[in-house]
Amino acid sequence: MSRRVVITGLGVVSPNGVGVPAFLNAIRTGVSGVRFNPQYKDLHFNCQVAGTPEFEWDRLKHYVSEITFHGLQGRALGYGIVAALDAWMDAGNGIGGKETIWDTGCVFGSSVSDCEVVKKIFGRVDAGEAKKLGSRVIEQMMTSSLTAYISGRLGLGSRIIATSAACATGTQAILMGYEYIQQGVAKRMVVGSSEHVDPYIFGAFDSMRILSRKYNDRPEKASRPMSQTAGGFVPGSGAGALVLEDLDFALGRGARIYAELLGGACNSGGQRSGGSMTAPASPGVIRCITDAIAGSGIDAGSIDLISGHLTATAADAMEIQNWCLALGRNGRNFPPVNSLKSMIGHSLSAAGSIESVAAVLQIVHQFIHPNINLEDPNPEILKQVDRDCLPVKMLNKEIRAVAKANFGFGDVNACLIFSKYN
Amino acid sequence: MERREILEELKKVLYPYTENKELLEKIDEHTNLVKDLKINSANLVDIIIDAEAKYNIEIDFDSAERIITVGDCINAIEEKINA
Repeated sequence: MSRRVVITGLGVVSPNGVGVPAFLNAIRTGVSGVRFNPQYKDLHFNCQVAGTPEFEWDRLKHYVSEITFHGLQGRALGYGIVAALDAWMDAGNGIGGKETIWDTGCVFGSSVSDCEVVKKIFGRVDAGEAKKLGSRVIEQMMTSSLTAYISGRLGLGSRIIATSAACATGTQAILMGYEYIQQGVAKRMVVGSSEHVDPYIFGAFDSMRILSRKYNDRPEKASRPMSQTAGGFVPGSGAGALVLEDLDFALGRGARIYAELLGGACNSGGQRSGGSMTAPASPGVIRCITDAIAGSGIDAGSIDLISGHLTATAADAMEIQNWCLALGRNGRNFPPVNSLKSMIGHSLSAAGSIESVAAVLQIVHQFIHPNINLEDPNPEILKQVDRDCLPVKMLNKEIRAVAKANFGFGDVNACLIFSKYN
Repeated sequence: MERREILEELKKVLYPYTENKELLEKIDEHTNLVKDLKINSANLVDIIIDAEAKYNIEIDFDSAERIITVGDCINAIEEKINA
């Protein structure tokens, strides 16, 4: 009998709320976490707004040892540690046990290393002072730094994998965790992703001219997915984490079950048929979504909500078209679709995990979070789906299944199907 | 500077790398940094870097490698500041 995988823990560090209760309240009420950043003005960026979590660095003292805290610098590491450990505790587990937990692993991703940490290395080495770098730099620069901190703190002993697939990273990490449990490799997996968009990464995106630049004086209006006035995405930072668990294992220990992860798919359009380094090929996207649905054992008509990638660029209309083709649904028959990015911007690798936390919360609490800044839907989108499919107010509605997809540079796609646990 | 004074100052340098603060309070020249004080051996370089910055001295690699006890640490510092 094939193993079922359920979600038993959630953790989130989001620009509009740190911790699940604050985040839930924010997404219900449509709170924006996008703020003006004066540093970006000084740096002459076109986009001067960003989604940045209100994160007290000292909070980490409650999560890691005093020795680890001393010298810890990477913001994405801080966000990821808090999200992952919160999810672990939310699932009813303790921290800091003496024994290795052999049946539990971790898949956590990010899209880039923290350039601010790297910059300190450049400065020291170029000044001939490599000797002064000390022992704490490499552990924060490894691609696997975050998984090393998380698994070390929790004592996890199954597969520990750091992943990266640009903006599909979080979604892909969750799918990998799901697969390890399905295959019987692990009973539990701590999965998610974390991102800190530092000024260097921000500047490089800014130079691509794909960021929002017309709302610097109205930050909360700047992220406008599916809107006619969408003018680029707003970079965001944060982290999301889930504890995935073998259903029987979860039942055995009397765990609270939030929802079920029915399945998912991950692929690439191969950068063919219109796909490129920066644009997803429609055939790949459509195949990814249809594979995810087929593998989940449901039909496209059962999808009650789409949590889109929808970053607020010209690609939004194409994404809606892809969803229409993949689901075989359009017009009034199209399911409601929302984009959390309207509230928090696009947190690159972390988008998939934060949006997945939101998807699970919408299933648990049976609502659809609003799309803010969507008073003027893109006419190209309205040609395909009914305006009522683009909710601008929170809706209480029965949500049985949610399709959550993200698409990343390199033409990589990932789609998950979450459902109510029955 | 007296060895006693250096030892008191050294406690401040060792503080962020020591889990057990009670043990730290009781250290003497014979205390083994790794075995007695349970300092992660990887952090010994950080302690040396911090001590170098604190006393504005440079402890060469060979001297650093000889540091096993609190007394060795004081020797290395004393040698440089009195040089």
